[in-house]
Amino acid sequence: MRSQSRIAFYLLLTPLVLWLGLLIVIPHIDMLLISLRERISFGVYDRSLLQYEKALTEPLYLRTFARTAVMSILATAITLIIAFPVAYYIAKMAKGRLQQVLFLLCLIPFYVSELVRTFGWMILLRETGIVSNLLQWTGLADQPVELLYTDATMMVGLVYTSMLFMVVPLVTTLESLDDSVIEAGYDLGGNGFSVLREIIIPHAMPGIVSGCIVVFMLSLGNYLTPTMLGGKDSLWFTEMIYNQFIVRSNWELGAAFGFMLLVLSSVIVWGMLALTGRTLKETMG
Amino acid sequence: MTKTLLMASTLLAGLAGAAQADTLRLLTWGGYAPEDVVAMFEAETGHTVEVTLSNNEEMIAKLRATGGGGFDLAQPSQDRVMGPQMEFGIYKPMDVSKLNQDLFIPSMLKATMANTTVNGDVYGVPHVWGTSGLVLNTAEAGDVVKDYTDLCAPEVAGKVSYRLKRPTLIGFAFAMGEDPFAAYGDEAKYREIMEKVEAKLTECKANVKTYWGGGDELMNLVRSGEVTASMAWDTGGWKLNDDNADITFVAPASGALGWIDTFVLPAKGQSDDAAYAWINFVMQPEVAAKITAAAGNFTASAGADEFAEAGLKAKYQASFPPEAVDNIKWYPPVPAGLEAIEGEVLDRVQAAN
Repeated sequence: MRSQSRIAFYLLLTPLVLWLGLLIVIPHIDMLLISLRERISFGVYDRSLLQYEKALTEPLYLRTFARTAVMSILATAITLIIAFPVAYYIAKMAKGRLQQVLFLLCLIPFYVSELVRTFGWMILLRETGIVSNLLQWTGLADQPVELLYTDATMMVGLVYTSMLFMVVPLVTTLESLDDSVIEAGYDLGGNGFSVLREIIIPHAMPGIVSGCIVVFMLSLGNYLTPTMLGGKDSLWFTEMIYNQFIVRSNWELGAAFGFMLLVLSSVIVWGMLALTGRTLKETMG
Repeated sequence: MTKTLLMASTLLAGLAGAAQADTLRLLTWGGYAPEDVVAMFEAETGHTVEVTLSNNEEMIAKLRATGGGGFDLAQPSQDRVMGPQMEFGIYKPMDVSKLNQDLFIPSMLKATMANTTVNGDVYGVPHVWGTSGLVLNTAEAGDVVKDYTDLCAPEVAGKVSYRLKRPTLIGFAFAMGEDPFAAYGDEAKYREIMEKVEAKLTECKANVKTYWGGGDELMNLVRSGEVTASMAWDTGGWKLNDDNADITFVAPASGALGWIDTFVLPAKGQSDDAAYAWINFVMQPEVAAKITAAAGNFTASAGADEFAEAGLKAKYQASFPPEAVDNIKWYPPVPAGLEAIEGEVLDRVQAAN
């Protein structure tokens, strides 16, 4: 009986191990090896740390790296600020059908692909686009307004793209909060702010942290939105990785960049957990 | 009875044909393998064609990732054959005797073969050629922009777009009076030229609306009037000319940049015969004219001009007076190492404020 359940366990485990091993672990080991070599001449390579040295000494790469990290954190924060009231309304104030409809409304933009959504934003915001024409029609602007190709536009795109991934975990955790606990808070003399701070936010913390982690990862790894909405000054780190691999055929530096991004996201996620005093286990499970 | 026999024999013939027929996996550019040409080829030879659309960089990256596998025929530009072959060995030598060489324009065939020869083996033959230069709304920017560097003029500020890719670097270098192609063999000299270009492009950045990435993106920008002057391919300008007669392709004063897209055999290609058959098929003048109509560019097929559409020929002659044709700067093969220099310059320009 025991050995049978053990066989079943291994059988169930196999797909996961194969998936992780073949698609994630082995390619990453290969990438690591590529990042640790240097081109000597045609087809001749040597082990070296040159790529990391280059990546860490060239100000441009470091600046892009830092910029990507800071903008991703900012996008995560904005998403949280916008998503929290939305999630609270869906979970606590809306009842029955309305609740379902609102939840569905959050989901609907994700029925189309990211590319289409980004093009949608471009159609709205371009100089000859809908918003620009509307502003001129209402007389708020006397000439075409270019709203694309700025950091703010890029931020709008990033927040829009990741909104759902913040709303869902927040709604789930907030729904599990008993209304009577909030009432008790008011009965004991709390005001709106202290109830939010002492009761609601602590209860929603697992949702906040897991939502933040997902949104941060999505923003950091986003390629389309920064490239299409960001314009001439927006160099995103993923774009640099693509450039090194595809445009410059410099796989060595590209692989080094890839590993830097992996380390960065791990460190920031770890930092987020440490800052909120949570473990990965509590958050995810 | 006779009907059944006939059907059975057709079926058998079909099977026999299928046994010899191959699948040709073609890695090419948009418009180089139009559906009607593919259908004609499939009907004539029995081979099937699978078309994958790509660009220079992605073609090489794809072939490099598989060691030259996954495709039977690819079409990188002629300057991207020698370097990648020496570096990664992703192509295999071409047996030119299997091609009907009479179908090619002799001078173009000879030049491409010379440019794609590694260790005495020929790796490429020419297919489609064209140029890149300026696409202008001549009514608004025609008087100001005569050369690449004029894109930085204050009159067109905020109405300019170009790509952050190597053609821009090369074009600006020529317009600044340098000869980057002559410096291909001299890394120090080349770096010096590129640094000058970098300074110019950084200074020019304020003028640029956005750096375009794909052809359609640029077309939208120019068509909507948001951009009046840009660096682009000749075909882009000619296509826009159909919608708005003011917009057209202009060969810059310092010379348009000429490219030739080739046919090469990937190292692990599995149906070389089908590949040779495809090359011989599409180089026939009538077929080549169909490709010209679809891609908008002329081919290296001898005599295809006769079959080309009159409108396109007229646009070509308007953009290229004879002296502009002589002034076309053809890309020589890129030596290894230079692209790393260019890459750093492009990254710095994009990140500059």
